[in-house]
Amino acid sequence: MTGRLVLAVVALILLVLPLLASAYHVLLMLPFMAYAVVLLGLNLLFGYTGLVSFGHALFIGLGAYAGAFITTHTPIRSLEVILLAAAVAGAIVAAVVGALCVRYVKIYFGMLTLAFGMVFYTFLLKFYRLTGGDEGMRVLRPTLLGLDLSAMPKTDYLIGPYYYYSLAVLAVATLCMWRIVHSPFGLCLRTVRDNPAKAEALGLSVTRYRWRAFVISAVYAAAGGALLGPPTGNVDPTLAYWTQSGNIVFMTLLGGFASFFGPMLGAFVFIFLQDTVMSVVPYWRLVFGAILAFVVIFAPGGLMGLFARPAPAHASDGR
Amino acid sequence: MTRHLINILMSGVFHAAILFLVSAGLQVVFGVQKIFNLACGSFYALGAYVGVSAVGAFVAAGGPPALFIIPLIAAGLLVGLVGVVVERGLLRFVYDRDETFQLLLTFALVLMMEDLIRMTWGTAPQSTAGLYLVYGQARLLDATVPVYNLIVIAASLAIALAIGWLLTRTAFGRIMRASADNREMAEALGVDMRSVYARVFTLGTALGTLGGALVIPATAAMSEMGIELIVEAFAVVVIGGLGSMRGAFVGALVVGVLRALAIAVYPELEMLLIYLIVIAVLLLRPRGLFGSAVA
Repeated sequence: MTGRLVLAVVALILLVLPLLASAYHVLLMLPFMAYAVVLLGLNLLFGYTGLVSFGHALFIGLGAYAGAFITTHTPIRSLEVILLAAAVAGAIVAAVVGALCVRYVKIYFGMLTLAFGMVFYTFLLKFYRLTGGDEGMRVLRPTLLGLDLSAMPKTDYLIGPYYYYSLAVLAVATLCMWRIVHSPFGLCLRTVRDNPAKAEALGLSVTRYRWRAFVISAVYAAAGGALLGPPTGNVDPTLAYWTQSGNIVFMTLLGGFASFFGPMLGAFVFIFLQDTVMSVVPYWRLVFGAILAFVVIFAPGGLMGLFARPAPAHASDGR
Repeated sequence: MTRHLINILMSGVFHAAILFLVSAGLQVVFGVQKIFNLACGSFYALGAYVGVSAVGAFVAAGGPPALFIIPLIAAGLLVGLVGVVVERGLLRFVYDRDETFQLLLTFALVLMMEDLIRMTWGTAPQSTAGLYLVYGQARLLDATVPVYNLIVIAASLAIALAIGWLLTRTAFGRIMRASADNREMAEALGVDMRSVYARVFTLGTALGTLGGALVIPATAAMSEMGIELIVEAFAVVVIGGLGSMRGAFVGALVVGVLRALAIAVYPELEMLLIYLIVIAVLLLRPRGLFGSAVA
């Protein structure tokens, strides 16, 4: 019951935030919402299926570059089309990559995903005629629901229509993911995570379930990636670098991978804390590395784990 | 033609020599402690910076430039002692945790060390100006190769042999292999695992820092060099097989030489080729070329 109350309050705050907060903080909410979508997907894999991907930046990059490619190479500007294209591209790539990766678990799964991520990163970096190399590509301002808002000043566009559009995408993504993890399919994923041998004995195809979770998580990551482009108007290969994959796993752990909303909380804290730290000293990595070390050693349940009464059973050993 | 080929080959082997040191550090730690240490690239970067400073201090103090390699190696080895601090201060808390947490803890180290290096040495690249060619150039068939490169290649080979000797011919090596095989049994037989882990991790760190120190006369030290090298070292150990020393040796040669070839023939392919090989190896032979051998 308190959970629903908190959720309603948070939703209300998010709705009225552009009226209350400064433009600067509203702008910071944009990457938060994009990463929140990414992390909803990542946690289906990490928290619910027990597979830790160190290459999900691939799909963020894929989604972001899909947006850049469509707006600069075609006359299409519609963000709906971009999101759809990003999701489809993510699904297709993940169907192939996932089929190869889910045959392995643990460190080998992590290494394979990392290798695929680096393949895509080097592709973005080296094939500069197609991707703009290390300078990246421009993302032209997309239309929202068919509305051409190109006459609006950039900040007004971002803290107004674009903010609510992102919020709507996040809300839809959250609802879908909530349904997924609470469906029989979601229960099967947890069975696969906790006891693959038993799941197999019960007639579940373990690799197929892992593969499905992988593809869904990639679709989320690509859609989130597509949302990252328009606020900055530019995408570059660092979006797909391996440290980016590490950072999103970090966000998930920071918030708490054992909880549905944990990763979102992690993304929120990560982005706003990073902004606060960087306004004081340029060395955010030092502070964040120390935080990550602290979380790993003392609070593996993350921030949500601190609120939850008993530590989740699998938080201590990660399975 | 031959000259061109030899140049490519020698620059590839030089890179392989450095890669081998860092990958060997990765392998000993993985072999014994079962931790994939992402921070070994950061140790490499640390070694490079400390090496630049040590050589700079040596030359400023009036040391003969021809002897710069002595403070360089000494600094590279000494700074490896940070391994003890990291192992005792952080890693030992997560030995009984899932490997995801161990991996993330080393990622935390990567983040911290990158900024610590920036805080200490600033963001501008640091180099040992003009010492690279102090030993002159050697003629190899038609090609000229800096003698320093040959020294590093020889040193790396010597270290490879020394590690082989350590692992197979000494008591500590036997303990390391026993711990890698079966930690509980080794402990039951009276091995003090705390001291083994501390020593193994320090050895792994020192290999990384030494690799970093040896590379800097040839290239400048930059704060991103660690996170860039770790993904190459990662390719090396996957191709060679996790935990295997022979694997690190062969893998480093494969990655070093192929990368040099790719840069010369079709630069766009550079690391792309390496990662495609990594994927092929992981899919066809996930244990790598020498994966069955332990430590």
